[in-house]
Amino acid sequence: MADFETPQTHEFPVIPTVMEGAMAHSSPFVASAEFQSEMGFPGDGGLIEGWKDRFLDLLDDKLGKYRSLQVFMDTCVKCGACTDKCHYFLGTSDPKNMPVARQDLLRKVYRRYHTFAGKYFPKLVGAIDLTEDVVNDMYSYYHQCSECRRCAVFCPFGIDTAEVTMAARDILAQVGLGQKYSNQIIPKVHKIGNNLGLPEKALADTLEGLEEDVEDDTGVKVRFPLDEKGADILLVTPSADFFAEPHVDGLMGYGKVFHAAGVSWTLSSKASEAANFGLFIGSYEQMRQVSLRIRDAAKELGVKRIVFGECGHAWRVAYNHLNTLAGPWDFLDQSYPIPQHILEFTKDCLDRGILNIDKSQNDDMTLTFHDSCNIARASRIGAEPGSQFTTPREVIKAVCNNFYDMSADTIHDATFCCGGGGGLLTDDLMELRVKGALPRMESLKNVIADKGVTHMAAICAICKSQFTKVLPYYGMTMDQIVSVHQLVGNAIILDGQGDDADESDDADEAA
Amino acid sequence: MTALSIIYVILFYLAMITLVVGVANKIVQYVRVPAPLKIAVTPAPITRGGVVYRFFTEVVFFNSLFRATKWTWIFGWIFHLSLLLAFFRHLRYVISPNSFLWPLVNLEVVQSFGKYAGFAMLFGLTGLFVRRIFVDRVRYISSPSDYLMLLLIFAIAGTGLLMSFSKEVGISGVDIIQLKAFVMGLFLLDWQSLPGDIILLVHLTMVLFLMMIFPVSKLLHAPGLFFAPTRYQVDNPREKRHLSDWGAAIEAKDGRNA
Repeated sequence: MADFETPQTHEFPVIPTVMEGAMAHSSPFVASAEFQSEMGFPGDGGLIEGWKDRFLDLLDDKLGKYRSLQVFMDTCVKCGACTDKCHYFLGTSDPKNMPVARQDLLRKVYRRYHTFAGKYFPKLVGAIDLTEDVVNDMYSYYHQCSECRRCAVFCPFGIDTAEVTMAARDILAQVGLGQKYSNQIIPKVHKIGNNLGLPEKALADTLEGLEEDVEDDTGVKVRFPLDEKGADILLVTPSADFFAEPHVDGLMGYGKVFHAAGVSWTLSSKASEAANFGLFIGSYEQMRQVSLRIRDAAKELGVKRIVFGECGHAWRVAYNHLNTLAGPWDFLDQSYPIPQHILEFTKDCLDRGILNIDKSQNDDMTLTFHDSCNIARASRIGAEPGSQFTTPREVIKAVCNNFYDMSADTIHDATFCCGGGGGLLTDDLMELRVKGALPRMESLKNVIADKGVTHMAAICAICKSQFTKVLPYYGMTMDQIVSVHQLVGNAIILDGQGDDADESDDADEAA
Repeated sequence: MTALSIIYVILFYLAMITLVVGVANKIVQYVRVPAPLKIAVTPAPITRGGVVYRFFTEVVFFNSLFRATKWTWIFGWIFHLSLLLAFFRHLRYVISPNSFLWPLVNLEVVQSFGKYAGFAMLFGLTGLFVRRIFVDRVRYISSPSDYLMLLLIFAIAGTGLLMSFSKEVGISGVDIIQLKAFVMGLFLLDWQSLPGDIILLVHLTMVLFLMMIFPVSKLLHAPGLFFAPTRYQVDNPREKRHLSDWGAAIEAKDGRNA
C-alpha cells in the first residue's frame, strides 16, 4: 500500500525505544511563491535572504506577545513526563517527536540568544546557534505535531507544545518556509467561503440534493436552507460535511434535528466553513480574519444564534476565540451560549423530549466514541467542566442501544489524536498520519475484540477524514467511522415519516 | 573579622541580590507579556476558586506528574517535600529566639523531620539521576546542566547531612551558635565571623551558587508554574470576552468588530 510499514498494534501499549532520525525525512511540501504571497508571506519554496535576522526578530516579537511562549521556554525541567505521551512518538519512535524534544528545537535557539546561560555556556545547557540545518529540522518536526495538547495534560508545568509549534510555524512561514497545504487552503476561505473552494451555486445544488435524499429516505421534506435572511440560527459547519462520507450523514442529522425541533435555520455561503486553519499556522491575524467572516455573515443574515457543526479545531477556535477575535456578540440572543455546539442543541432537544427517537434504528451497530483532541482538551460542550466528554456520550446513548468506551487511558482528556489534526491532513504526510494513528487504532482494535464494537463515532471532520483513510492500513474498513449526528439522524422518526416511508420502501422494492 | 568572613558576607549579599532581583525581573516579565488568547487545558475550572484548587493539587501533590509517570512522581515529590522540610529546619538560623515564630521553628518535630529529610532528599535525587541516565527518552533530552543540577543539590544535601551527623561520623561539629550570629548579622547589618569549618564553607558556597543561578536556569519552573495560561485561566471564554491590548489595537485599526 505504501513505502513504509504500518506499525504493529498490541493488546497493551508499548513505549518504543528511541530511534534517532526515524522520521527525519518527513516534511510537508513547502509553499511556493504563489501560495506564500496570497498569505502575505515572503519566499518561493525556501528560506529568504537575511532569514536568520528575520527569524530572531520574529522570535523576539512572539516572546513579547505570547506569555505562554515566554513562560514555556523557561520552565521546562526536562523531567520526561511528556516523553511517552505523543502519538507521533509512540508511532514513529523518533525522539524528536517527544514533546519536550520538539519544544527544544526552538528552546535551544531561545536559550542561545535570550538567556545568560545559553549566551555564555551554550554547551552546558544545550543551546545552539540558529543555522539552516536547525531551521530545516524545525520545519520537519513542527509539522509532525498535530497541536493536540495531550502532552500539556501531563506536564507538571502545563507546558503546551501546541503553543510552541504554532509560534514556530508562523515564524517559519515568515522566513519563507510556509506549509503548502495550509497556505493553499486559507485563501480559498477568504475568496470563496470554504476550504474546499465550493462556490455558492455548487453549494446550493449540493443542499438541494440532500433535501431530495432525506425526502426519498423518509418521505418528509426537510429543508437545508442557504443564505436565508431572518432565520434564527446560523449553522457553521466544516465544508467536508457537504460531500464527504461519513460527514454528510452528520449534516443530514443536524437538518433532521432542526426540522424536528421546529426552528428556523440557515447556512451561509460566505461562512460555509467552520474550520479555521489560522489556528494551525499560528497566525492570530489569519485566525481573526477567518472568524470575522462568521460575524459578517451573522449580521448580514440577521440571525439570533450561531451553532457550530461537528468539527474539532473549529470548535476550539469557536469556543475559546470567537468572542475574542470576532466579538462582541451583543447583537445575538444572549439567552443561548454564543456560539453553541450542535451537540448542545441536540442534547437540549433530547432532554426536553421533543425528538421522537427509535434507538433500534442503530441496532446494526455497536458504538464506541473517539474524543477529538481539540474538543476534549480545549472546550466544553455544556455547562460543566467535563461536559465535552459526557454530552456526546449521552447523546449517543440516547440514540443507540449498544455503546462501549475504549480503555480509560485513551479517552476523555487523555484521548489520542487521530493522527491527522493540526494541518497535517495532507497526502504528502501519509506515513506520519498512518504511524501517528497507532495509539488510537490500538485502543479501537482492543474494544472491537473485547466488546464486539463495530463502529467508532466522532465529532470532528478531520478525525472522520483521517480515519476513513487510515483504518484500512490497520486491517479495518473505512466505513467503520461514523458521525455522531448520523446516529442521531438514523434514530429520529420525523412527523409524517411512518407510513409514507414504508410505502416508498415498498415502491422501491416493486421497482 | 577574618578575611574569609568578609568574603562570605559579600558573597551572601551578592547571591541574595541576584536571586531576588533576578526572579523579580522574570516575574515582572511574565506579568507584562500578555496572553492574547484563552488556552486553558480543559477540563478547567470555571471559577477563580477552582483555579486556586487546581494549583493546590499541582503544587502540593504534583497532580499532573502523578498521572504522567509514577516513578518520576515518587522521586520528584519526595525530593521537593524534603526540600521543604529542610527549609523549615534552616529557619532557626534566621529567626531570633524572641520572635513569635521561634516556638514553631524550634519544635522537635520540625527540627528532626528537617534533619532526616536530608536522607529522603538524597534518595529522591538519586532516583531522578538514575532515571535520567537509564531511561533512553530522558537521557536523550538531558543536557550537562540537567545532571549537574542534581549533583549540585545532592552535594548540598550531603554536606548538610555530614554536619547534622558530625558526631556519628566522627568529625568535629560546626559552631552553629556562631553560624547563627553570622547569618543574623547579615540581616541586621552587624557583621559577625563565620565559622571556618571546611564542610560548612563547601555547603554554603554551593548554596550561594544555587541562589545565583536560580534566575538563569530551569529553577525558574518554581515561579513559572503560576504563569502557564493553560493552567491559570478560568474556562469562561463564551461568558466573558478576553482581549489583550495588542488584540484590541488590531481591532481598533480596521473597526471590523464594531
